[in-house]
Amino acid sequence: MNTANALATAATTTLPLRMALTWVLAILALGVAGLARPNSIRLVARTLFAVGALACLGLAVLALGFLLRSQTPEVLILPLGLPDLPFHVRLDTLSAFFLLVLGLVGAGISSFSAGYFRAGEGTAPGLMGLHYHVFLASMGLVMLANDAYLFMVAWETMALSSFFLVVTQHRRGEIRKAGFLYLLMAHLGALCILFCFGLLHGGHWQFTFDAMRAARLAPAAASWTFVLALAGFGAKAGLVPFHVWLPEAHPAAPSPVSAMMSGLMLSTAAYGMVRVTFDLLQGRFWQWGLAMLAVGLFSALYGAIFAGVQTDMKRLLAYSSIENMGIVFSALGLALLFASSNMPLLAALALTAALIHTLNHALFKSLLFLATGSVMHATRQRSLGKLGGLIGRMPWVAGLALLGTLAIAGLPPLNGFVSEWLLLQSFLFTASLPHAFINMLVPLGAAVLALTLALAAYVMVKFYGIVFLGQPRESSLLEAHDANWVERAGLGWLGLACLLIGIMPQLALRLAAPVTAGLVGASVSLDGAFGWIAPVAAQQAAYNGLVLFVGILAIFGVTFLLVRLLAHGRLRRAAAWDCGYRWQTPRMQDSAEGFGQPIRHIFGPFFRMRRHLPAPEDPAPRYEVVIEDRLWRLFYAPLGRAVDWLADAVGVLQSGRLSIYLLFSFATLLLLLVFVL
Amino acid sequence: MRTLERPFPGTDTALNILAACLLLISFAMLSRRRTQRLVTLLAWQGMVLFVSTLLVAHSSGRVEMYYSAALTLLLKVIVLPLILHYLINRLGAQWDTETLVNIPAVMLAGLVLVIFAFGLAQPVSVLATTITRHTLGIALAVILLSFLMMITRRKAITQVIGFLAMENGLFFAATSTTYGMPMIIELGIALDVLVGVFILGIFFFQIREQFDSLDLHHLEALKED
Repeated sequence: MNTANALATAATTTLPLRMALTWVLAILALGVAGLARPNSIRLVARTLFAVGALACLGLAVLALGFLLRSQTPEVLILPLGLPDLPFHVRLDTLSAFFLLVLGLVGAGISSFSAGYFRAGEGTAPGLMGLHYHVFLASMGLVMLANDAYLFMVAWETMALSSFFLVVTQHRRGEIRKAGFLYLLMAHLGALCILFCFGLLHGGHWQFTFDAMRAARLAPAAASWTFVLALAGFGAKAGLVPFHVWLPEAHPAAPSPVSAMMSGLMLSTAAYGMVRVTFDLLQGRFWQWGLAMLAVGLFSALYGAIFAGVQTDMKRLLAYSSIENMGIVFSALGLALLFASSNMPLLAALALTAALIHTLNHALFKSLLFLATGSVMHATRQRSLGKLGGLIGRMPWVAGLALLGTLAIAGLPPLNGFVSEWLLLQSFLFTASLPHAFINMLVPLGAAVLALTLALAAYVMVKFYGIVFLGQPRESSLLEAHDANWVERAGLGWLGLACLLIGIMPQLALRLAAPVTAGLVGASVSLDGAFGWIAPVAAQQAAYNGLVLFVGILAIFGVTFLLVRLLAHGRLRRAAAWDCGYRWQTPRMQDSAEGFGQPIRHIFGPFFRMRRHLPAPEDPAPRYEVVIEDRLWRLFYAPLGRAVDWLADAVGVLQSGRLSIYLLFSFATLLLLLVFVL
Repeated sequence: MRTLERPFPGTDTALNILAACLLLISFAMLSRRRTQRLVTLLAWQGMVLFVSTLLVAHSSGRVEMYYSAALTLLLKVIVLPLILHYLINRLGAQWDTETLVNIPAVMLAGLVLVIFAFGLAQPVSVLATTITRHTLGIALAVILLSFLMMITRRKAITQVIGFLAMENGLFFAATSTTYGMPMIIELGIALDVLVGVFILGIFFFQIREQFDSLDLHHLEALKED
């Protein structure tokens, strides 16, 4: 493995790093500023969030400049932290890439939020603004941290501030429950990461990342570290079986917060995984890659299947996040597999796919979550069964959501296609691996991935079709209004980025190249002229987003003109989705359950279903289907019972008598004295 | 044995006698049932500590030990006993009720603890270089005996007295092995003890308010069923 870059001497100037810290501090200060007048929407939402968007933009520009220009790692020791344990920070290409994601997406979400928050919704806006900005800043610090202390402090701050954001509407019982589940899973994950760092120092008790990089762990210790990291960061990323908090916590939070959690916080999980496995552990064993690949692919498939049967639009998006993070982790696993088999070029390809997919997911998922926020504000509904036909009433939101939907479905010429195509390319070149066994398994993985991507596209058709197309399922939807211009600016920013990366993927490749060069010692070649990208060999596969985009536009234009010319004057307007049948009411349209029905049948073994079918002569027919995750029963329920049993067993000790308690400490003291002396 | 700066005839013997007094007082505390008598014994214990610290200070020639001795006199002989007497009078808690285990049995257990403590201290005191090193076993025994007292009493106020006696034992252990702790730590501990007693005093009033008694068995119900 190439670690020359990682260990390269620090740059003499640390200006970009100082500036990054300044931006992070500025974001933090914005949150504190909101406390001056915590109940003023004008100050907190309209002003501070808008300024926050600019600060995020500054961070993004800074990271972009670093990735394109200097690229030399910069380190700094802060005059802050525990006594004798100052915080270390470091800006390298990996953290710059993720800071870029943070800045780009954060700017969109903040500017949307400036128009989104209204008075009288849960927590006071000032408090909310504080949590929001602390959340943003802590994510920035996670990426800048260069020792385990600062990393854990920032990581936990991130978890706690997002917990408070999730329970904004804490007066509702189910939201408190979701918040608790989130907090529990976040802490389990953090505990795993803590233990992982506890192993990583390799006996030197030096917790800076530089020392960890230098420590050569024994194979067994390194493997345990990897497993702990996978569990810890996997819990944050929502990999199966630690995914249960995502579909509960994301819908509970206000939409900009869901967008932050899904778009940005999950990215920090990917960042942490890359940092630990590729940078600190230097990806040594192919078995790790295989494990990560398997977990990632299973999560991706699982998420896609469950997204297919959801009837709540935010839950659907949450499951889709599980799917996307599964894809990212499978790409990371593949990269690890290649890197440990001494195939740096292919490793770079897979790693590039993972990085770009993280960026893409952050962009389109936050776009879609924000769009659901606009829909919820306009209609007060989030159940898919009560929406529909909003494209006529909310053209801006519908149009921008369409961009996000096409991107997440992986259709060219948008950004989702680029990363998924790169990933499939790297899957298809695996036949040269030195292990025959894996050579047989990996194509299977490619098949699973293809199935997942197809299912994801299906899910997105369902999402967009039910919410925006067809006819309104409720009369109240007729009064729905479009998002205001500030919200549109946020959505538009994210949509534009999706389109830009789709049309000019070489830009994203150039940003990922220094990262992969630093981590696996190679980067995807960019020698194709005129914007053609050919990751391995031009005669095998090449892609040009711009040509495709122009082609699609041309076909669209020609078709439009032909229809206008040939069918001119024969225009007839009919209700949408009535299938030519005049007496169809909006309630007869295809529903979310209807869309999910094939998936429920094909993937039956994944679910636990409870269905209520109406009898034929029922005067008030009611159809209901409740889908449950089997893992609750198979994994979490026994775990809960075991914890209960253990608590009862320990509770026997707790008699309530002070003398008994004192006796316990007395006996412990005596035992320890005997033991020590 | 290291040579002393200012040899003082009989220091060794005097310290051993003082240590023995400390141990005796601890046993006396185990056997007493009147709370006020316990406070008096605690003050005596403080007095013994004061004298022994003074002796050690003089023989070792360390200035900070004099401060430490003065602090002991002020806090453990004067202030804390006064506060405790005031509390007992205000709360009307002159008598401890029955101990949980009868007193002869407690004394026997105390004997076993003293032997145990001496056995433990043997290897450590060989390593120590101070004049008072033979008394480490006694200091340890005082700590354990005070702990035993806390376990066997059921009034909240006797728990506090046991706690303070334990602190005395710790202090003695520190002077006997290392010529006392660094001044800053000693000051910190003194402040802690003082504040602790104040807070516990407030607790007593609250507990009595709630239950009309200071008996600890009222605190045993962990949940309101």
